Amino acid sequence: MKEVNSIFDVIGPIMIGPSSSHTAGAARLGRIARYAAQKDIEKVVVYLHGSFAETGEGHGTKKAIAAGLLGMEPYDDRLKNSLEIMKEKNIHIEFSKKNLKTVHPNTTMISIETSKGEIVKVRGSSIGGGAVIVTNINGFEVEITGEYYTIITKHIDAKGVIRDVANILAEESVNIANMKVIRSHSKKEASMIIETDETVEIQVIDKIKKMEKMLDLIYILPIKEDENV
Amino acid sequence: MYRSGKDILEICNKKNITIWELALETEIRDTHIEEKQIMEKMEEVYRVMKNASESSVKKNRKTLGRVIGGESKKLKTQMDSGKTICGDVLNKAMIKAFSTSQHNASMGKICAAPTAGSSGIIPAAIITIVEEYNLSKKEAIRGLFTSSAIGKVITINATVSGAEGGCQAECGSAAAMASAAVVEMMGGSPEMALNAAAISLKNIMGLICDPIAGLVESPCSKRNASGVVNAMISAEMALAGIESVIPFDEVVEAMKSVGDGMHSDFKETARGGIAITPTGIKIKESIKKC
Repeated sequence: MKEVNSIFDVIGPIMIGPSSSHTAGAARLGRIARYAAQKDIEKVVVYLHGSFAETGEGHGTKKAIAAGLLGMEPYDDRLKNSLEIMKEKNIHIEFSKKNLKTVHPNTTMISIETSKGEIVKVRGSSIGGGAVIVTNINGFEVEITGEYYTIITKHIDAKGVIRDVANILAEESVNIANMKVIRSHSKKEASMIIETDETVEIQVIDKIKKMEKMLDLIYILPIKEDENV
Repeated sequence: MYRSGKDILEICNKKNITIWELALETEIRDTHIEEKQIMEKMEEVYRVMKNASESSVKKNRKTLGRVIGGESKKLKTQMDSGKTICGDVLNKAMIKAFSTSQHNASMGKICAAPTAGSSGIIPAAIITIVEEYNLSKKEAIRGLFTSSAIGKVITINATVSGAEGGCQAECGSAAAMASAAVVEMMGGSPEMALNAAAISLKNIMGLICDPIAGLVESPCSKRNASGVVNAMISAEMALAGIESVIPFDEVVEAMKSVGDGMHSDFKETARGGIAITPTGIKIKESIKKC
């Protein structure tokens, strides 16, 4: 049984056609990837899987992902011209069909190279009606929808790490909306996915990053945050 | 809070309100957003819908797959000649449905209602009634609220996605939502609106989703046209006092179970139905070559 929070989930979204999953959802995935890369994108390789690979052409899926990477919303009239805009901005983008194995049929893996030469890899699926779920970021298995400010940690699985992170956030009056802890099979490493209502200052992120048992951390901005592009 | 047709009827009858009023007050309570803002959002939805429903009559834009195009113009020319079988109301409705479908397939801006593939049906029904009966924009927006309540109940208890339930779930739900809106816009009761919705769903129960080349073009655009006609005739029946033998909630349940039992070849995968006819495959191959 599904929940419907707002009637605008039924009458909506307003979007550029033709497909809520292959166009609007694809744009949203591009946008989450943009934020995972802190809006710093120099080169992109987009891998298309399943139905995205098979029918993407006739659904404008490539244009939609590119539009999202540029920060556009699924209803942006310029979505159609996103590939040209990428060229104007000197962002190199290429697409490739790839079997990503046992994932949802509408899945993409977006590999971004930032101006600092860092690689940010985001894998996500468009699960219907424009809704999306990101399932992997830089090897972190996650489950995020891009609606919140999200901190994803990779840390040594030891007592007190979760408490210490929560304490740092509490000291800075950051309210945690959702939190999930995942432990790797080896039981030596664990991940925390922390979704917050408000933005987390960069100093706070750094503080968490520098914790002794912290191995890696990614911070993602929500896609609801409007951006002038 | 309503989760079923039964809930809708109970609350509406108890409070002596319409379905659109229930949808609006529930939205305010669930989202904590003020009425004014919700109304503005729905006005924006209506503006996008109206534009898409007229766009392809004015300009024949090429669609991504080039499978469809020009249908709304052809029907308009025929209607203007004065020689029609279905009369002006159904023709006007079909023209709008075709227009939105083409607009959608050519990367125009639409409002998914409940999906992009079925986005032509609700606007076509509501705007045609507005034009034919000189109703105000306010009344059109009320119709959209009525539609949303029906769509919400179907989403909760079944599905509105072609990939999950076939075309019956997409165009069937859109027609059900549209017919309920038309009934309320024409002054019918909540009971009548639910009867219309139930009749619409029954009329195309079992319809598969078999898009040629997997694209939202054919048969989708024609199913939007037939979908709005389905909505109109169902509303007409309900307003005349004809009841659905099976109540709305049971029809929704039945639609879900038909969808669950439907082979995946018939659920938006383009592996069945007209998608794999010799012509369907030929079209698919020609698109690949582009």
